[in-house]
Order: sequence, then C-alpha cells, then structure tokens
Amino acid sequence: MSDTPANQTLAGPQVQRYQERDRTDASQPRRLAEGGLVVDRGRRLSFRLDGRSYTGYAGDTLASALLAHGVKLVARSFKYHRPRGIYSAGVEEPNALVELRTGGRREPNTRATMAELYDGLEAHSQNRWPSLGFDVGEINNLLSPFFGAGFYYKTFMWPASFWEKYEVLIRRAAGMGSAARERDPDRYEHRNAHCEVLVVGGGPAGLAAARAAARSGQRVLLVDENPRLGGWLWRESHTVDGRPGAEWLAETQRELASAGVQILTRTTAFGYYDDNLMGCVERAQDHVAVPGAHLPRQRLWKIRARRVILATGSIEQPLVFPDNDRPGVMLAGAVRSYLHAYGVLAGRRVVLVTNNDDAYRTALDLVAVKAEVVVVDNRARFDGELPRQVQSLGVPILSGAGVHRVRGRLGVQGVEIQRLESGQRQRFECDLVAVSGGWVPTLHLHSQAGGKNVYCPQIAAFVPGAARREHVSIGAAAGRFGLEDCIRDGEQAGRNVTGQTEESVSLPAPGAGVAMGESREAIGGPGKCFLDLQHDVTLSDVDLAHREGFRSVEHVKRYTTLGMATDQGKTSNLSALSRLAGLRKQPIPEVGTTTFRPPYTPVTLGAIAGGEVGRHLKPLRRTPMDDWHAEHGVRWIDAGLWRRPHYYPQAGEDVDAAALREGRATRHGVGLCDVSPLGKIDIQGPDAAEFLNRVYCNAWKKLPVGKARYGLMLREDGIVLDDGTTSRLAENHFHMTTTTANAVKVMGLLEYYLQVEWPGLRVQVTSVTEQWAGMSIAGPQSRRVLEKLVDRDIGNEAFPFMAVAECRIAGIPGRLFRISFSGELAYEVNVPADYGQAAWEALVAAGQEFDMVVYGIETLGALRVEKGHVAGPELDGRTTADDLGLGKLVKRNKPVFIGKAMLEREVLADPARPRLVGLKPADGRSWIRAGSQLIADPAAPLPMKMLGHVTSIAYSPELGHPIALALLSGGLEREGETLYAAFPLKGEMLAVTVTSPHFVDPDGSRMYV
Amino acid sequence: MFVIHCPWCGDCDGTEFSYGGDASRQRPAPDADFDTWYDFVYLRDNPRGPHDEYWQHVSGCRQWLKVRRDVLTHRILATGTPADNLDEVAS
Repeated sequence: MSDTPANQTLAGPQVQRYQERDRTDASQPRRLAEGGLVVDRGRRLSFRLDGRSYTGYAGDTLASALLAHGVKLVARSFKYHRPRGIYSAGVEEPNALVELRTGGRREPNTRATMAELYDGLEAHSQNRWPSLGFDVGEINNLLSPFFGAGFYYKTFMWPASFWEKYEVLIRRAAGMGSAARERDPDRYEHRNAHCEVLVVGGGPAGLAAARAAARSGQRVLLVDENPRLGGWLWRESHTVDGRPGAEWLAETQRELASAGVQILTRTTAFGYYDDNLMGCVERAQDHVAVPGAHLPRQRLWKIRARRVILATGSIEQPLVFPDNDRPGVMLAGAVRSYLHAYGVLAGRRVVLVTNNDDAYRTALDLVAVKAEVVVVDNRARFDGELPRQVQSLGVPILSGAGVHRVRGRLGVQGVEIQRLESGQRQRFECDLVAVSGGWVPTLHLHSQAGGKNVYCPQIAAFVPGAARREHVSIGAAAGRFGLEDCIRDGEQAGRNVTGQTEESVSLPAPGAGVAMGESREAIGGPGKCFLDLQHDVTLSDVDLAHREGFRSVEHVKRYTTLGMATDQGKTSNLSALSRLAGLRKQPIPEVGTTTFRPPYTPVTLGAIAGGEVGRHLKPLRRTPMDDWHAEHGVRWIDAGLWRRPHYYPQAGEDVDAAALREGRATRHGVGLCDVSPLGKIDIQGPDAAEFLNRVYCNAWKKLPVGKARYGLMLREDGIVLDDGTTSRLAENHFHMTTTTANAVKVMGLLEYYLQVEWPGLRVQVTSVTEQWAGMSIAGPQSRRVLEKLVDRDIGNEAFPFMAVAECRIAGIPGRLFRISFSGELAYEVNVPADYGQAAWEALVAAGQEFDMVVYGIETLGALRVEKGHVAGPELDGRTTADDLGLGKLVKRNKPVFIGKAMLEREVLADPARPRLVGLKPADGRSWIRAGSQLIADPAAPLPMKMLGHVTSIAYSPELGHPIALALLSGGLEREGETLYAAFPLKGEMLAVTVTSPHFVDPDGSRMYV
Repeated sequence: MFVIHCPWCGDCDGTEFSYGGDASRQRPAPDADFDTWYDFVYLRDNPRGPHDEYWQHVSGCRQWLKVRRDVLTHRILATGTPADNLDEVAS
C-alpha cells in the first residue's frame, strides 16, 4: 500500500472544511449539532473553571464539557510548569488534574475526564501562579537542564543550612493542588459483600460473563467504574450479531436485572487482596453537588468472591516524540470517545499519528463529521482493512514517517513530519494531534493478585499469564481486543463454574486493528520527549538514570519518578521499560515491569476511614461511674481506650492545685477513686494455684484462702511484663488483677499458656474487667467510712492487711480487698458493674462526715510515686525485678515459672544496670521533667555517658515539693549524690539529689493500722 | 486480608485473629540447659515459604490455633488446634 503524494494538501477537493456547529448553543463551538450517546441535551448545566462560567449537558464529564467549549489549556505540569491540555477520556488521564469543589469538600488532583458534571460545579486549575495562561513557574522549563532526574540528590548541597530555605521554595514550586483545611461535612460508609462470581468491568466482556454466570445460577456481583454499563459500546459504533451495540446492551442489562445480578456502577475495584478479597470504592454521590439526605458521599466495599472475572479492558498508549505534551495532543481512542459519547469534536484539522491499524477508526469517525485528517503512520508498510478504508476516502496517509516537532506552546498549531528513511520534512497546520501507540491490557488487578505477565511482541504489551483458580482475565484485559472475542471470552468464563484453569496462555492472535509497529518511540528532533506526563519525566531522564548506573527497572522508576504520580504510569510505564530494554540491549521480558500495588486509581482517605472518624475513631470505654463523674465536674483523661477521671477541680483550681488538695485530703483523711479499668481475670480449677505459680515469679501455692498477694509477671526473657494483686477466694478460685494497659495482653497470654504450652492444667480463665466496678477508699479514716456500709467486722484483727472477703457493701453483694496502692490504710471494693453507681453514691454519702474527697488518676499517680510503687513507666520492657528493687520476690527455686531460664543471662547480673531510685530537686521547688537523662557533670564533653533516666514525676502532697522516680546506674549506692536531669530538647539542666524511692512512710506502717 | 479456617468456628476473616508467633519451636523441659532455653526464647527460622504459627481467634471463640501460612503468598495451607500435626492436616 502506498501513501499519497507528498504535496497533497489538506484543502484537497475530496475533503471539505468543517463547518457545522451546535446551533442550539454558540458558546460550545466544538459540540456537534447532534450526537453524543451519553449526554442529555435537554438538561443544561452550568459550571466554572478558574471562575469563568461555561455550560454543559447532563452526562458530560468536566473534560468533555471543556472540550466542547474549545478549552485547550487546563493545567500546568508538575516540574516544568508546561502548559497542558486534556489527553484522554478515562482514568489514565495524566494532565487534566483540577481541584474540584471548595471548603471542606475540596478535592485536589481530580481527573477532569472522570469528574461527572453537575450544576454549579466549581473547578480550579492547579500548580500555576498567577494564572494558567501566565504561570511564573514556567521559568522551571527554561532551567530544565538543572532539573533532570534526581536533581535534588545533586544540587543544593552547599551551604547545608540553606537547604531549609530552598525546601520552602521547592515545595511551593512543585506539587499538585492543596488539600482542604476544613472538616469534611460528608459521611463515608464501609460495606461488606460476598458473592460467587465477581465481575470487574461492565463492558461487553464483563456483561457477557455476568450474564452467563447468572444463567448458570450463580450469585453474581458486577462492578464498573463508569456511571453506566457498556464500556466502549458508548465510545465507538459497534454491531453485535448485526444489531446496534446499544440494543445488545439494553437487552443484556434487562436480563441481568431480572436475574438479580447485583450491579455497582461508579465503582472502581482498586485493590485485589488475599483470598479473593476485592477492595472497591463506590462514588455514590460524587456526581451531585451535595449528597442526598442520609446518603454517604462514597462507600468502600470489601467484597469476598469465590471467583473473580477481570474484564478490565485496555488502555491506549501514546507515541513518544518531541513536545508530545502540548495541549492539543490527545490519544486517538479518546478523540473518537468524545465524538461518540459526548458529541464533542476535539479538533477540526487533525494529524493522526499511529503505529497500528486501530487508530484508523478515529480517522474514519473524524471524516464522517467532516473534520480534516492527515494520517502519519510510523510503519513503512501496512496492509489492513481499516487503512484501506481511510485511504479510499481520500485522506492523505504518510507512511514510514514520524513527528519531528510540534508547534504551539499554549495549544497545538501545527506539526513537522519527518520521513524516517529519507529524512525529508513536511509541515502541516492542525489544531489536534491524535496519537496511538496501540492498546495494552489493564492487568493491574491480575498482577496485584500475584498473577504473572507474559510479553506479547505482536501487540508490544504484557498480557496476563495463565488463569488461576481464583481469577481469570477476559477480553481486552487478556489482549483479545475484538468485540466478538470479548463476548465469547465472557460467556466462557461466566459458564465456568468450577474455575478450571487452562494450562497454557492463549496469546492474542493479531486480529483486525491490532497490527502493530515495533516501537512507540521518537525519531529525534529538538524538544523534550515526554514519557510520564504527570511527573514530567522524559526520554533523556531514563537515559540519564541508565548512564548513572540505575539499571533495574525498579531503580529507574524511583530515580526518575516515572510511574509514581497519581496515574501510576498507565500511559508511560511500557514506553519507559521499552527504552530501558533498548539501553540494556535486552529483550523486554528480561527487563520486566515494576511491581503493581493497590490502589489502581486514587482512593480518598474518607472512603478508607469510613465511619471511624471523630468520636468513632476508637471505641470509648467508660467505667460504671462515668455519669457520676460527669455530673461532678470531672476533667477527663484518656488511658488507652478508657475515659478516666483525671482530677475534680473546685473553683479556680488547675490540675496541680486540685491534685494537691485531693492528695493531702486522702493522706490525712480519706479519699475515693474509681479504679474500674484495672484488668481483672477470674481463675478457677484444681490446678489454678499451680498455674499462678508458673505465671508469676513469686510463690503462690501456699497463699491462704481469703488473702491477697502482690504478683510480678515476667516475660520469657526475664524482663518484667506486668504486676497486679491476686487474691485467693477459695481453694481453687483466684481473682487476678493486672495493670489497665496490659489487661488484654495478659488475658491472651494466660489463654496461650493454658491452651498451647500447658494444656494438661485444669484451669479456666475468664476476663471480668467489665463485670466488676472497682473503687479504692484510702486514708486514715477509710475504715470508719466502710464500717458504715459493710456487713462484717473489718477491724484490724478481723480483717488484717491483705485480707479479702465476700460481703455486702451498702447491701450490694461484692468483694472487699484490704490492699493499698497509696500506702495509706486502704481498701478496694468490687461490686457487679450494674451496681457500681449505687455503691459509689453510698460511699460518697458515707464519707461526707469525714470530708472524704473524690480523687482522679493525677492524685492516684502522685500517691504511688510518693510510696515508690512501680507502674507503667518503670515496667518499660527493659527492667528486671532486681532493677526495680523487687528481686526478693523472685523465687528461683520454683521448678517452673515464665522467665526462669533467661533470668540467668549474664547481662541481667551486670551491677551497672540502672536501678530504681527517688529524686528530688536540689533547689527544693523545681519540677523534674519525666524522660530527662541523668548525667554527672553538665560540663563534660559530648558525647556524655547517660547514667539513667527519669521515669515518673509528681508533686508530693506530703512533702510539698516535686519528686521523681528514676532508673539510675548504681542505684541507691548513689543516695545523697547530686546529679543533673538533662532535657536537651528544651535546653533544661536541673540539679537533683538521689534519694530512696520510698518518700513517704518507708517502713509501710500506715498500711497495717 | 486472608481468611483463616478456625477449627471451631469455620472460615473467618483474618481481622478476627491476633498473631501469636512461631509455632515450630518446642518448649524445653524446665530443667533443660541454658543454651536450649536461649534458642527457644530468641532464635527463629525465617523460612521463605510455609511457616507454622499461632493465631488466637480473639473476636470469636478465643481459642489459640496453629496455622501453616506461606509467608510469600499468604496462602493458608492448613489450620488446626495447637495439638494437631499440620503435616497430617495438610495432606
């Protein structure tokens, strides 16, 4: 087949100049008088871009409506701020990113090609200042020799301190859009679904598959990312069995509906996870200004399917030539999509550049609406049906030619074509360059699921490898592009109930429209040859990366950032790895592709968060007395998931004043504290005592009934895990407590040891943390308060220190424990949670005559620090019992207990290990900061030896000054020494004196009164 | 997120479970020597393939189970009670 003579001009007699206009609206110069399968010309919508008003129709996307108005310039590129226009008609769009909406709903980086138009839509272009037309940032384009791949590894090195100034400028100069600062007013939902067959993609292949699966009685779910099913049936004219595609589509949809197939449109399957879990996002209300009442803006679907059929279609690839990024360069398939679907003509004088037969469809469609077309075909020889048809219409076709340059900075004005063999050049005026480098299967989901890909040289693309049990790719997604193939594939896959796999990959046969040239690449010429339009990565960047030693495709990707933008290289990855293969002189399959990861297209954080925002970010655990605290002026604090009383300020008090008052009143009178969040575990069984003996490092077998004991639990490596007080209620019945923070962990551990390691022990454990309300009454007057309410003798002989008994408190059956965290005479009351408030109120009333205070965990902490009782900050996962001064508790002669063996590690016997001490400020009044490092001499040269650190701090109610607990090398051998608590982040250096950690009542006599 | 077949509850979503570490080690006798205990506490194999591990069905029956999971593909090859021999279960 020969091309037309080189001197054929566009104004030849057989091609007429385009003259038709949309007579209903002169402001849409590119909207055809009729046509547009998805638009409703009866419903006009108005919208704004950068404050300027336009009109469109229901069914338009923002891109189609802008094209109808002849808008060429919609964006500025990421790095070089080059003018950019609309490139495609789908999710692969790299250029036309806009900010949609305003306020709390503002969305940056939205593809105009996917944004459904609604009345009042507000859009703003991004990355340009002061305007799209005149962007100061374009100076980057002039400085581009300095901004090649990896420039930030090589520039801005000196002086190092100036980097922070450069960074601010760089951040402002690059980037795409800005996120909303206000709260998002919309709701988002999560939904779960199960089905037997999930079909991804509602084009002809997917529809045929869904229909066949439904006919065979399976439960089918079909998702499609578009607002309507049909895929490319809307974008081209097709016949199925001699009937128009639209008819086949309508009939198929009716059958699916009556078969009960669940259909989700506007729904993108973005991630394919283990065990056939598909993550999808449904843009439920993105297409309206404000979501309807009670509707979420978007839904995240987690769909578990027995089988997945991937009918995800294909994406057209561009050709690479100089200045291939100018506004007015578009994908050829997109040009005909806009024609058929929206009735929009993207250009009147079109140069179509191609290396395959399929693009000639666009030429046919353009000629039919009387646009002027010239075809430039990279191939020297070709002989398909489609090129013949185009030639017979008198369209000039130049073979063996490529684009040398594109003229027109803010919009294409012309091209210069060069013959590949002779080098001869020719100019054409045009307002649109339609490019086609052939189609590649959309195999992202297949790859995410671990599917292998096979390179198919006939289409110069990867196709999915052999089908697996769980999923199969069909139609264009498998490289079979013909409509009949798609439908046949779908029927076969849909019928295949058992999911049998084929042994071999059935590679696509070169059918009509597929015949491809070898390369998609440029022939050279001045100007940048873009690969990744969104990240401004050019051919020379890939060459540079290779020169600098980045050979692996994964390295080239990261060094150049190609394929790392929001389009994830959908129109650039293949060309780049093809170039890399050429540089490495290896075939493309050896170069391979980069790893495919979710999401396929961007997913909003709102969809991911779903309903778990604000108050619902985490579950809130409230104690049984929560209401009482709220009614009595409490200030709350978060303790894990629990909401706990922090302090109860009286008029004018801050936290320190309140805690001082609460603490003093408790030490001299009586105080009441809600300790319900403490972990509680019920342990029963003939081997319960033996179990406790193994789980704790101290001795348990001989604990008398009706007594409590402090227990220390170690990890397998000998480090302290947790502590608590465990009581023997009966021979085979114990009540264990843990720290609040470790309650869940300890419960899981007990179950682990009983089920896995020691299944022979006859023990049952039950978590009862929430079943018991716990309250602590502490202070010299505490017995007198309780005596008014308890139905038994709690005198010192009848109920000594560490006694435990079941009894009634204010008539409520419960348990009384004489244990003390504060170091005063103290008790803990447990009643069933539903009676917690009643028991609490009874205690409050009984305590009034003794001026009882209610105290929160600020005071709880201050009192235990005064006593030197260890808690979370001391049990930090690095301390042993010896470190904490509790070495005597470890009964090494027990045959079995957790941590026994590893306690013998040499490192744990190191005398220099930090040990528990107390600290007070040398000046008698300064606060010591928790986390401070302890050092001997502030004037010593850096780096200094750290002797330890401050673990817990408090203002001592008893002593009237700040105190602290610390872990210090040398421990109490340093008692009386002056050291320094250093906190360099805040420039603090405080002189402190080392003391005993037991600041108050060191012999503990108060607990025995 | 993969599906785990709990021997008591059936197929359940992996988010209902909590991971519990390597199940291929044997707890030494209480009087075994220090080095044996050291290996048990600290040393782990790092297989590039099937791995036997413990999971607890925390949002369900709260039983601990043994799971053979291919750490490369996340495919679960077998599940059983802690006492089960997964070689027999898998076959």
